[in-house]
Order: sequence, then C-alpha cells, then structure tokens
Amino acid sequence: MSSDIYKDIILDYYRNPRNFGDLANADVRAKDSNPLCGDIIEMQLKINDGKIDDVRFKGKGCAISQASASMLTEVIKGKSLDDVKAMGKSNVLELMGIDPGPTRIKCALLGLKVVKLAVYGYLGQAITEEVKQLV
Amino acid sequence: MVEKLATINVPRIREDFPILKRRVNGKPLIYFDNAATSQKPIQVIETLDKYYREYNANIHRGIHKLAEEATIAHEEAREKIAKFINANRTEEIVFVRNATEAINLVAYAWGRANIKQGDKIVLTIMEHHSNIVPWQQLANEKGAKLEFIKIDEEGHLRQDEIHELIDERTKIVCITHASNVLGTINSIKEITRAAHRFGALVLVDAAQSVPHMRVDARDLDCDFMAFSGHKMMGPTGIGVLYGKSKHFENMPPFLCGGEMIKEVHTTGASWKDLPYKFEAGTPNIAGAIGLGVAVDYLRNVSMETVHDHEKQITGYALTRMTEIDGLVVYGPKEVTKRVGVISFNLGDIHAHDLASIMDEEGIAIRSGHHCAQPLMEFLNVPAMSRASFYIYNTNEEVDVFINALEKARKLFNP
Ligand SMILES: Cc1ncc(COP(=O)(O)O)c(C=O)c1O
Repeated sequence: MSSDIYKDIILDYYRNPRNFGDLANADVRAKDSNPLCGDIIEMQLKINDGKIDDVRFKGKGCAISQASASMLTEVIKGKSLDDVKAMGKSNVLELMGIDPGPTRIKCALLGLKVVKLAVYGYLGQAITEEVKQLV
Repeated sequence: MVEKLATINVPRIREDFPILKRRVNGKPLIYFDNAATSQKPIQVIETLDKYYREYNANIHRGIHKLAEEATIAHEEAREKIAKFINANRTEEIVFVRNATEAINLVAYAWGRANIKQGDKIVLTIMEHHSNIVPWQQLANEKGAKLEFIKIDEEGHLRQDEIHELIDERTKIVCITHASNVLGTINSIKEITRAAHRFGALVLVDAAQSVPHMRVDARDLDCDFMAFSGHKMMGPTGIGVLYGKSKHFENMPPFLCGGEMIKEVHTTGASWKDLPYKFEAGTPNIAGAIGLGVAVDYLRNVSMETVHDHEKQITGYALTRMTEIDGLVVYGPKEVTKRVGVISFNLGDIHAHDLASIMDEEGIAIRSGHHCAQPLMEFLNVPAMSRASFYIYNTNEEVDVFINALEKARKLFNP
C-alpha cells in the first residue's frame, strides 16, 4: 500500500514527534495557526551566540503540519539565526521528501513560519513579507 | 429536452454529466462533495452556450429581437422556479447571486426597517455562517438579541428550546431546512406555527433542501426562503430569494440603481414593481436561464425520485461505514430524517489528512469546519470530513469510498 504524501517517514514523525514538548528556560517562544486546517504550532527556542542551541515544539493538527514541524526542529538545532532566516519552502519540501500539492502546502510550511517568527522576534526585527506569506 | 424517467436510471443520468467521465490521479472521479456544489448536466451547459451564441442581450429595455428573446427566457426561468417551490406568484421570486446574498437582502432591507433595540432574532446552532453573520451584524447595529436553538445528541432541534426561545419579543426566526453538516431535516412547519403565533417571521435557508427534495414554500408557510442555483445543477452566480409578496411590498430596496427604478428625477426616485424592485443592475441573465433548465432537469427526474435515491445511497453508506473501526458519524441515525450528507471522523486522523488520502483515490470529499463553526464548537469537534451525494452517485462508488477509508485507517493505525 502506498500513499504519495503519507510516506512512512511522515507518519512516523506524526505518531512519534521528535522534540515535542516544552523547553525549560527558552529564550523565545512563538505560535501561529493555519485557519484553513486549524493546525496550531508553537516553537520554543534556546539561543546562544547567534545559534539555536535547543528547540521544542508543540502543536495540534494534521499529519503534514505536525510531521514537518518536528522534522524542522531536528535540522535547525545548531544552525545560525541567519541560516534559519534564509530557509524557505524548498528546504522544507526537501526535508519531507514529498510535494504536498497546492492545497496542503500551507500545512507543510506552518512550522517554518513559526520558527522564523521566533527568530525575528528574538532579534527584535520586523516580520518580513516573505514570512507572512509562508502560510 | 430531457427524457422523462419513470424510475431512476442512474447510468443514463450519469451520461448527462460530462465531468463524471474525468479521471483524478489516474482514478475515475468519485464526486462526493455535492453539498458544496453540484455538477452540471449537459442540458445546462449547452443552455449557457446557446444563450451567448444566439440571443445574448440586455433584458427589460431593448426593443430589438435579441432583447425580447433574452427577456422572455429570463422571465420563463422565474416562472419555472416559482412553480418548482410552489410560490403563490411569480413576483415572489427574486434573483440574487446565491443563498448568502438572499439572506443578506432580507437582513438589510427587511431587518434595518423592522428590528429595534431589545427585539429578538432566533437562529439555530446548526446554521451555516451565511445564516448567522448577517443577523449578528444586524443585531449589533440595532441592539437586538440573538438566540440559538440547540440540538440533542442525534442532531435534532430541541423541542423545549423551540418553544422556550420563540416568544413575543421574537421578530424573525432564521433556520436551515437541512443542515449542511448533520444532514438533519428540520420540521419547518412546526417552526412557522410557533413563530407566527407571536407575529414573528420565518426565513428558511433552503440551500441544502431545494436541490434534494420537494420543497413547497406555501405549505411550509415560511416568509422568506433562500437557495443557490449552483447546488442544484445550475450555474454559479445565480440564487433565489423567495418572499411572500406582502413582505416584499413593504420592504425598501436593498441595492439601488438601474433596472429597479420606475422613475428617477434629481429630487428622488420611485421603485419598480415586484420583483424588479430588488434586482438592481444587469442581472446574471445566462445564469437565471441556466437555472431554469436545471429545474426542468430535476422536475423530469422528479424530486421524489431524487430524494428516494439519496435516502437509499445514504442508508447504504451509513451501514457500510459502521464496518470501519473508530469511525464516528454525526447527525440523525434514521435516513428518513436526513438529506444525503454524512459528516464523520475516523479515529484521530485529521479531516484534512483524510481528504488528501481520498483525493489520491480520485474521491472528492470535504473537510474542515464546513462554515458552521458555532456547531463545531457546540459539538466540541475541531474538524469533520463530509461525504455528500446527488442523483448521479452510486453504491459502487460508496464501495470504493469504504475501501479508501479502510486504507486510510490502516495507514494511520497499522
Ligand atoms: C446550509 C447552507 N446555507 C447557505 C449556504 C451558502 O451558499 P452560497 O455559498 O451559495 O451562498 C450553504 C452552502 O455552502 C449551505 O450549505
């Protein structure tokens, strides 16, 4: 049985999310939702020396949104804030190894949007159009 | 134009709907999103084509041949719709864009003139956003109060609340005939009796009933009724507001401008007679004519046949859905008390994931809050999936759907 966008890896991250929960002494926390699905993602970051030291996420919603957020937490750990700011849609799709299609792309990008909201918030910088338009 | 069908011949009907031959993701399309919008028969598609090819003209003003033909066809459509819902008079049919606009017309034109501070507007918890938000706006503006009749566990309106909430302060009761989420068919006659006792009016949102069953406006005795052409095989952009002429006569216009005036002077204007008073500007002429042909199509099949077929397929789907572990269906258990709308959840699979998996199988279903957030909140369910049927759907399609649900269940809970 194969389902194009519900590959085993997506379902595995959905059922057993990595880096799920709260981060004690987080430096910044951000939360957003996707009104279409009602997906909610919260990200908590510990930042040190311009780098993401640690990260946890919490959320509720469809498999695509939750799995992509969880996968994202793994790759951003150790990355510089500038590198995170430079990430885009293609990075997330590559990470997930699927193309969710136009109706579900916002589900996949919610995690990235929230990470970016957290980074911009931490830096005290205005949210860019690029970030607003992710979801 | 359409062949008269004694009993239902679904394969024959399917031939009339070109889109049903489409494949989606390599699979034959199974269209189970009819509550959102229905597909269109070739008769309607060709009517639009013919109108634009042969007699496109603006109506009610030209003296030339094309204008005459277009005007006649447009007004014939109005007559067909009046007969279809058994209105007293043709002038009780006002063309609008959709059910939403029909409800807004009443909320603005009747509502602004008749609702005062302290008045009550009674709705039900199962209303579509289109039958909530216009009344919220009106109530906020006038300092009126909104009250919602709630439902029991099976999705029926609570009798005690009907009789408690509709009282001497109530000015209008706005109620859906059939729920687009639960499928519940509400007993409108009971509501009109309760409301009229206190002199309150009743607006029926018939968006989900007129396409699927015989609806008799005179028998229901409702004061206004709203529905959309696109859910009943007609084109998008055309809808109907029915209203008793005694109310229409006393109401000020909603939109103003060309087509709806008798005379205009620099000092003021006077309105045309019904129903034109409520039809400002050039209307959706092709849309109205197309809707007339959709009505012909439905009458030829007969609304009893449509409803019977949908009861049959809904009953079959409900029975088969009970075979699936963890599947929860919302709404009445008895098929006789519902239209062909089945909302459900499968275990903890998010409704959007389920819709995506169905889409991969070529099956179109709906997922989300279905424009009924107050109902979702009341039921404490964030999202649901919904399969909704029409005359061209078959039990074989339901079988494919059931297999796909089973597949989704296994994928998420191996
Ligand atoms: C019960 C009900 N009322 C109103 C509407 C609004 O219809 P439209 O969007 O065509 O105005 C719908 C359609 O979704 C509906 O199901």
